[in-house]
Amino acid sequence: MRECVVEDLGRMSYGDAFEIQSRIAVERKQGQGIDRLLFVEHPHVITVGRNGHPENLLAPEETLRRAGIELYESDRGGDVTYHGPGQIVAYPIMDLRAWKRDVGAFVRAIEQVLIDTLADFGIEAGRIAGMTGVWTNQAKIAAIGVHLSRWVSTHGWALNVSTDLRYFEYIVPCGLTKPVTSMRALGVHVDIEEVKAALIRHFGEVFDFEIEREIVGII
Amino acid sequence: MTDVVMPQMGESIVEGTLTKWLKKPGDKVERDEPLFEISTDKVDTEIPSPAAGTLGELLVQEGQTVQVNAIVARISENGAAEGTRGDSRVSAPVVQAPPPPPPQPAAAAPPAPPPAPAVVESPKEPSAPLSPLVRRMARENNIDLSKVAGTGAGGRITKEDLESFLKQPASAAPAPPPPVSAPSVSVPAVSVPAVPIGQAQPTARARVEAMSNMRIKIAEHMVMSKRISAHVTTVHRVDMTRVAKMRAKHKDDFAARYGMSLTFLPFVARAAVEALSAFPIVNASIDGTNIIYHNEINLGIAVALNNGNGLIVPVIRHADEKNVLGLQRAIVDLASRARARQLKPDEIQGGTFSITNFGSFGSVFATPIINQPQVAILGVGTVEKVPVVVDDAIAIRSQCYLALTFDHRLIDGALGDQFTAKVKSVLENWSEEVL
Repeated sequence: MRECVVEDLGRMSYGDAFEIQSRIAVERKQGQGIDRLLFVEHPHVITVGRNGHPENLLAPEETLRRAGIELYESDRGGDVTYHGPGQIVAYPIMDLRAWKRDVGAFVRAIEQVLIDTLADFGIEAGRIAGMTGVWTNQAKIAAIGVHLSRWVSTHGWALNVSTDLRYFEYIVPCGLTKPVTSMRALGVHVDIEEVKAALIRHFGEVFDFEIEREIVGII
Repeated sequence: MTDVVMPQMGESIVEGTLTKWLKKPGDKVERDEPLFEISTDKVDTEIPSPAAGTLGELLVQEGQTVQVNAIVARISENGAAEGTRGDSRVSAPVVQAPPPPPPQPAAAAPPAPPPAPAVVESPKEPSAPLSPLVRRMARENNIDLSKVAGTGAGGRITKEDLESFLKQPASAAPAPPPPVSAPSVSVPAVSVPAVPIGQAQPTARARVEAMSNMRIKIAEHMVMSKRISAHVTTVHRVDMTRVAKMRAKHKDDFAARYGMSLTFLPFVARAAVEALSAFPIVNASIDGTNIIYHNEINLGIAVALNNGNGLIVPVIRHADEKNVLGLQRAIVDLASRARARQLKPDEIQGGTFSITNFGSFGSVFATPIINQPQVAILGVGTVEKVPVVVDDAIAIRSQCYLALTFDHRLIDGALGDQFTAKVKSVLENWSEEVL
């Protein structure tokens, strides 16, 4: 069975986590290391995908700064999105050559992980054709954006657990005029660590991984 | 000529949008060098060049969506001039660059801060993509990116480009006023340029940088261990002459046969394993008011990560089943994989006793902190030749200090010394063959 190490980076800025992703991806592209799933919680940040439309940003940069929101252009797919506390951002850094060389299958599989996880907490979520992401009742609960280079993936998904949804008012999320929601907004109050545990379990099932959690042993 | 096509990115994918050319017509490209980017279904992909040569005409422009396998450009092999095959259209690229970029980014007066920065960044930005790091550096140092020459792929501006730009004399960079009220303290300042730019630079007395995740864990563990255990360190002087001779005798053979050098550490590890078998309480942990005696001897070996970037303690499982060769092999393997961040989680768990080899950094002796939930750790000082008195004569011997830090809650002073004396005795009377 293929192996994947899960590492929780804790609270970390978008830029620092990006550098960690890049380092791991470089190694994977050279055929070294093992696949990893990184969890991280970003401080307030708005990111614009490479094909993002700046008009989907609804406030000038200065306003965002004053609101304590950082702004980044990212090399992931997708348009504009927001990350912040209460959201589980996950970066699967995988060599897809060892799984399937298929971007469609990859994105659908990520959606499946999220759908299965939400079902564990009693939330019925699904797909909307042509609109990548995971939806409950026409509202987006998880966003997906991936970058591939030599079939090694970076970036991934963001699941709103107890995100303060007001921050999404600064943007048109993913360029779509549909509402966003969170597990909490749907009445599910849950410990974020429990959600991560469920995500890890379903990630292992969907991608056929043997999952190990990284624990740093230290003197 | 090699055709460059829109690649097949998956069974259900029939088309893709070309989002960015990373090369211009007329550019030389290497095989496998990133050539363009495509977007399919929220996935952006960098596509490498299928061949080395010169990029000819672009048949698909940025933003266009085309079917899989559609030809998006052609590459002519090295040397072959464009147009060799009577391709009449190709003459343009080399001479006349694509639509002239913004009219005059002249070096005139410093631009007033852009009126309404509704867009992501200042409009004068170069067309090649920028990494978040570069963006952040540019913002924090008020660099006008249009004045920086990119040396990365596709003319990308790299961190190094910015660093060398910052080192240039100040004249070229009329820094616009810094952004009003930069928000958070959490943004780590990127390295302060070595050469001060003008005199406007604030006198930086300190630099704030967020801890890495590993550093946070190390910090928590160290304090937690000091709080939990009653640390006592005892130091014994050990004559390593016998071991040094044994090592000298086999060193070359060992390296030739196994491709790694023979160090002192596996000898100390072997001696520690003997002592742990003789004093099982040193191989124990505390659980409330219970003592847990571990049946396995799993030896943690502290490994310093490169440039002081942390510590990790991979574990040699069943160390009591290994001889010097087996221990040396395990140490080399775990240390190199620890530095490459390739350890698996179970390789850093379940240790029952640890060894830290600060002697390799020149330390004579130190007082290590216990790796919880263990109850002792052995520190190995540097091995050096010293004059000592033997039978009332002065002799030259190889010697080192062994420092045992133990948890005085569980291990009495006498026992700590008996244990260390046992390690010392095994080393001084070394009898096991190495090869």
